[in-house]
Amino acid sequence: MGKVLMKGNEVIAEAAVHAGCKYFFGYPITPQSELVAYMARRLPEVGGLFLQAESEIAAINMVCGAASTGVRVMTSSSSPGFSLKQEGISYLVGSELPAVICNIVRGGPGLGNIQPAQSDYFQVTKGGGHGDYNIPVLAPASLQEIVELIQDAFDIADRYRTPVIIMGDGMLGQMMEPVEFGEYSEPIGQTKDWATTGTRGDGAPKIISSLELDAESLEKRNEQLQEKFALIKEQEVRYETYEIADAEYILVAFGTVARITMNAIQKARKHGVKVGLIRPISLWPFPDKPFIETRNKVNGYLAVEMSAGQMIEDVRLAVNGCAPVGFFGRTGGVVPSQEEIYEKIMSFAGGLPV
Amino acid sequence: MTMKTVFKKTSGLTEKPTHYCPGCTHGVIHRLVGEVLEEMDILEDTIGVASVGCSVLSYEYFNCDMTQAAHGRAPAVATGVKRVLPDRFVFTYQGDGDLASIGISEVIHAAARGENITVIFVNNAIYGMTGGQMAPTTLVGQKTATTPFGRDIHIQGSPIKVCEMMATLDGAAYIERVSTHDVPHIQKAKKAIRRAFETQKEGKGFSMVEVLSTCPTNWGLDPSESLEWVKENMIPIYPLGVYKNKVGGK
Amino acid sequence: MLEEIIIAGFGGQGVMSMGQLIAYAGMLEGKSVSWLPSYGPEQRGGTANCAIVVSDELVGSPLVTRPTTAIVLNNPSFDKFEPRVRPGGLLLLNSSLVVRASGRKDIKVIEINATDLANDLGNSRVTNMILLGAFLEYRKIVSIESIVESLKKVLSPDKHHLIDVNKQALKKGASLVNIARI
Repeated sequence: MGKVLMKGNEVIAEAAVHAGCKYFFGYPITPQSELVAYMARRLPEVGGLFLQAESEIAAINMVCGAASTGVRVMTSSSSPGFSLKQEGISYLVGSELPAVICNIVRGGPGLGNIQPAQSDYFQVTKGGGHGDYNIPVLAPASLQEIVELIQDAFDIADRYRTPVIIMGDGMLGQMMEPVEFGEYSEPIGQTKDWATTGTRGDGAPKIISSLELDAESLEKRNEQLQEKFALIKEQEVRYETYEIADAEYILVAFGTVARITMNAIQKARKHGVKVGLIRPISLWPFPDKPFIETRNKVNGYLAVEMSAGQMIEDVRLAVNGCAPVGFFGRTGGVVPSQEEIYEKIMSFAGGLPV
Repeated sequence: MTMKTVFKKTSGLTEKPTHYCPGCTHGVIHRLVGEVLEEMDILEDTIGVASVGCSVLSYEYFNCDMTQAAHGRAPAVATGVKRVLPDRFVFTYQGDGDLASIGISEVIHAAARGENITVIFVNNAIYGMTGGQMAPTTLVGQKTATTPFGRDIHIQGSPIKVCEMMATLDGAAYIERVSTHDVPHIQKAKKAIRRAFETQKEGKGFSMVEVLSTCPTNWGLDPSESLEWVKENMIPIYPLGVYKNKVGGK
Repeated sequence: MLEEIIIAGFGGQGVMSMGQLIAYAGMLEGKSVSWLPSYGPEQRGGTANCAIVVSDELVGSPLVTRPTTAIVLNNPSFDKFEPRVRPGGLLLLNSSLVVRASGRKDIKVIEINATDLANDLGNSRVTNMILLGAFLEYRKIVSIESIVESLKKVLSPDKHHLIDVNKQALKKGASLVNIARI
């Protein structure tokens, strides 16, 4: 179909349709409302269904219901609304139901504002709801990458019977870039013989539940979940590196911030500072490998985030004390500029306090 | 001498013995739902949504596909199921804390949308599973673990009359309140449940049957006193009858 | 080539669509482009702006803090963006509405009374296209033809009758820069 110029939120929606998602339950919140509106218009065209729920809580629970029938289903929100979805997300994990949930992060805490932020990193990568769990989190940096990662998200969700989170920020949702969609794909993977669709023609009643009253049974179930998480950690790590072969300093950034750092890196290199970038694409599982490969060679890492410092904790774990880890972040919806990142690189490389 | 079967357990329920307290009418209400599903021959086409509270394990008792919802969210989960599978029967089975307190928003909006689902709402005027706390339907003056001096309207407000409220919504097609305190009322309750599922079968929209039920354990009464309590104390506040009927017929 | 543009003005002056047309035309010419709007209450209250990046290489930051070109359609936008234009960059003003004058010597300033000229053309809504024509004449990052091509794709068919007046406005804007150069 060639390249089209689209808004990020609309790309997320269209990419989901291309990935075979026909059901969407949403609730309006800035800055992701275009996604909801696009689905409302688009899904009927592919024989699907869009429903505006009365709240984010209802929306995620409708997702639970639809997912329990085995179809590809999605919801989206932004930070305050995403917090409300945590209950349902924990149930999705506990009931092992596949779904894709999109969080277009805005400034917080509380009502905060509607400008771009990455301050939900802890919430999406460290569980977020109650119970022992992790969810695969994918963070696209460009609109074309959204197309790939939404497809991946649905595939991962089905493969492991897990919710998958797409994390972007207000900037990614609002910006336009040329994108190209591939062919429509029908959901692949195993038949969903666990789905509750009525027993006609398929034997004994099935139950989808996260309840396990007996402690040892629940522990066993948790162990099975942990095995699944371990497998995801092994199989689903995604990251990209930029100019790290000869790098003496490495920036770490994800999503749109990673793109901004690339401009700063180019400028720093022109001024003789050998600096590169590790861009985690899967925030969970976090890509430890590129750090293990570089941590004994470089002079230091600089985490750049639109938060007060959240991903930096995972960077430190991956670096494991082998090199200094600095931080530069802006909060409250302020986007770090390429100029200030450049200055941070120069002072970091110059041994100045960061 | 040949034996004739005059009564047998409904195939609408599994073999699993229920965990309900002696004298609790949940078991009766389960059976009524199970019988209706069996008699309408829709067991294989039904997906039930269990709630949180005493009936949390209902998914082990109903002999059909079951999904377990979070507290109060059963109507939203049922919406998700029904919208994907409009030709199946979808019902929720919820208590008064689940439906009328934490889940009041979900049930109201499901009704307002005219979701073509059936809600079985069991009202025994108290939280059972958590140990006898006040419910939205607790009667004025009724003592519970969290209203030790009796429900005081100046402190805890007045009971919510769910059927009366839901009947105001255009999307609600069939709303009836029934009781289980004696056999004639149990028979009426079954008819109401049947009508609710028929409403769904005809695609008329949201149907709900509120079933007045007992909680001997938390009321501190024996089973027969409990049945009497429903009749004497609950029915005057929660009058029985059909509150909405878009389907017609009796 | 890496052009980082900010276009700013009141909501309703066609600031956003101007930016989108540049991005669209850049895409048609096989360049890398991004378009990023300001959004939210700021936009509803009055001033709106968008950032457009056009590059021969993959676009890094879609956020523009130091533009190579700022196109400014009202006074508040002048105050905000005039100091941020990169040395050697371009500041293009709609002098029909912007009453400020830039004191900067390190940038090129072009003033065009675009709203008046648009009224002369019989449609005040093409103010933005006059400025766009002027901009593209000065910095030939995409061709006017690509902009017209983009208009055909962006405008719904019932608005295609407006393409002619838009074309005229683009040409008018371009011609003024030629004169300015002489």
